[in-house]
Amino acid sequence: MEQLVPADHPGGVVVRRRRHRFGRAVAPYLLSLPAGLWLLLLFLVPLAVMLSLSLKTCNPATGACTMTWHWAEFPNEISLYHQEFITSLLFAGGATLADLVISFPIAYWIAFHGRHRKNFFLLMLLVPFFVSFVIRTIVWEFVLSNNGVFLTTLKNLHVLPSGFHILGTSWAVMAGLAYNYLPFTALPIYVAIERIDRRVLEAAYDLYATRRQGFMRVIFPLTIPGIFAAFLLTFIPMFGDYVNQEILGGTSNTMIGTVIQNQFLVNFDYAGGASLSAILLVIALLGIFLYARLLGTRTIEQYL
Amino acid sequence: MSTIEQEQMAGASKRRRWTRAILPTYSWLVIAYLVFPIIVMIVYSFNKVVGGMQLVSFTWNGFTTQWYREWSNVPGLTQAFWLSIRLAIVATIISTVLGTLLAIALVRYRPPQFRGKMLFEQTIFLNIAAPEIVMGASLLGLFVTLNIARGFLTLVLAHVMFSVTYVVVTVRARLAGFDRSLEEAAYDLGARPLVTFGRVTLPLIMPGVLAGALMAFALSIDDFITSNFLSGAAAPFPVWVYGATRVGIPPQVFVFGTAIFAVGIAFAIMSIVMSRRHAE
Repeated sequence: MEQLVPADHPGGVVVRRRRHRFGRAVAPYLLSLPAGLWLLLLFLVPLAVMLSLSLKTCNPATGACTMTWHWAEFPNEISLYHQEFITSLLFAGGATLADLVISFPIAYWIAFHGRHRKNFFLLMLLVPFFVSFVIRTIVWEFVLSNNGVFLTTLKNLHVLPSGFHILGTSWAVMAGLAYNYLPFTALPIYVAIERIDRRVLEAAYDLYATRRQGFMRVIFPLTIPGIFAAFLLTFIPMFGDYVNQEILGGTSNTMIGTVIQNQFLVNFDYAGGASLSAILLVIALLGIFLYARLLGTRTIEQYL
Repeated sequence: MSTIEQEQMAGASKRRRWTRAILPTYSWLVIAYLVFPIIVMIVYSFNKVVGGMQLVSFTWNGFTTQWYREWSNVPGLTQAFWLSIRLAIVATIISTVLGTLLAIALVRYRPPQFRGKMLFEQTIFLNIAAPEIVMGASLLGLFVTLNIARGFLTLVLAHVMFSVTYVVVTVRARLAGFDRSLEEAAYDLGARPLVTFGRVTLPLIMPGVLAGALMAFALSIDDFITSNFLSGAAAPFPVWVYGATRVGIPPQVFVFGTAIFAVGIAFAIMSIVMSRRHAE
């Protein structure tokens, strides 16, 4: 009907305007409703359910849980598993640090000297992502294993002593973590370096800054947001990771992720698992909150 | 020659040594480190197996293409692979549509018109930053509390939940430079909102939407931690492989790994070539 009314007809214009205005008023809500509901019901509500579940007491035999406001569960779990939390912090911290140190020079080189081959080098940085995460970790098990081709060869060449082993140690877990999450560190740092306005650097050199001063006083400070983003994207997932520990770490040095997974999927202790996840979330939230305070929530997307 | 010039020349040669020799060598070493396990995977997918059990071994027993010929001989593995593909396709379609709509809302509207925008921003940030194990565990808690059986449906619900925010972020980045006068022109020519969206807006933001969809697909097909909590009897590819590590890995796992790698790399190279052509 509407199209039949000529545009200069007064009535037609009014009808169109009103529909337009109403449409504008509801549009943002209509557009955001489906994704918003999905995130509310399957992300925020479950977090709340998990918190309430951690205050419940469950019957291990039937799986039925009743609310008992069992706040003592948290200190209990912490005293039981504080070692696993500390191990996770150390492993994730060590591997994140290793990733930052490994990826800064290569990110710098690609950003400043990659020229027309930038895309190729970025693809090379992302190459591990084209192989399934679990398979990547299994291959590391191959590489690091005692009777694998690599350690055997090195031992035959007397590069390594014959008693040397790495699989099952904390070093193997950290090596696996560092490998698996390296692209998550390298990319944000690359983006940060790439964004630096070259004229700022030239200005520094024009003012007789040495090479080192140019790096320490111009390049490095400008990449700090990227380093923070890298830290968030690397450290937090590593902290909850259990695949590397299960496959590469053997039975020693259990990380908290392994405990949570076992509580849920092996022991069916949902209340215990939920309270451990809640503690893990609180520790992660502290880091996330600090990040958001320092840099704001929008920055994370600039580095993805 | 003054001392300043001498110093500058010494500095320049030092700089050249760094940028021409040390940094490139180092970078290539890092790339070798990143590529190395993938080469190991590809090589071991051609490794012969000795003994009765058809499981991969650490030792090299000789070259064979047997596992490529018998790629579908492990029933559970093949099923898990197709389940992962179906799951990724469904999750990608849903999260791309929902994520694109939310991205448009977030780019176009501000608080007086769009109350609660900040809440969305913070939820998206939290969703990206939260440890996956917490999301998986909390979803399992929800499904157990509500007595919902675990399977394909719960996997789809979870995969859309964690990939939709990445779609939002990707699409929003491409929407930032969008020229809205093109839409206004369509309105002035009498196009209705939906027609304008389909004929003007969508084609223009398509590259961003496709990038978001690729991201969602990659996240879904490689997800292990969340899926492990929610899969129940229907195990997707990574969950099946992880389960197999306890009893032994059939060599076909590496064949699938190599195939996924080849397809992914082919897509990536295609997109680089296409973007270069576009730029020219």
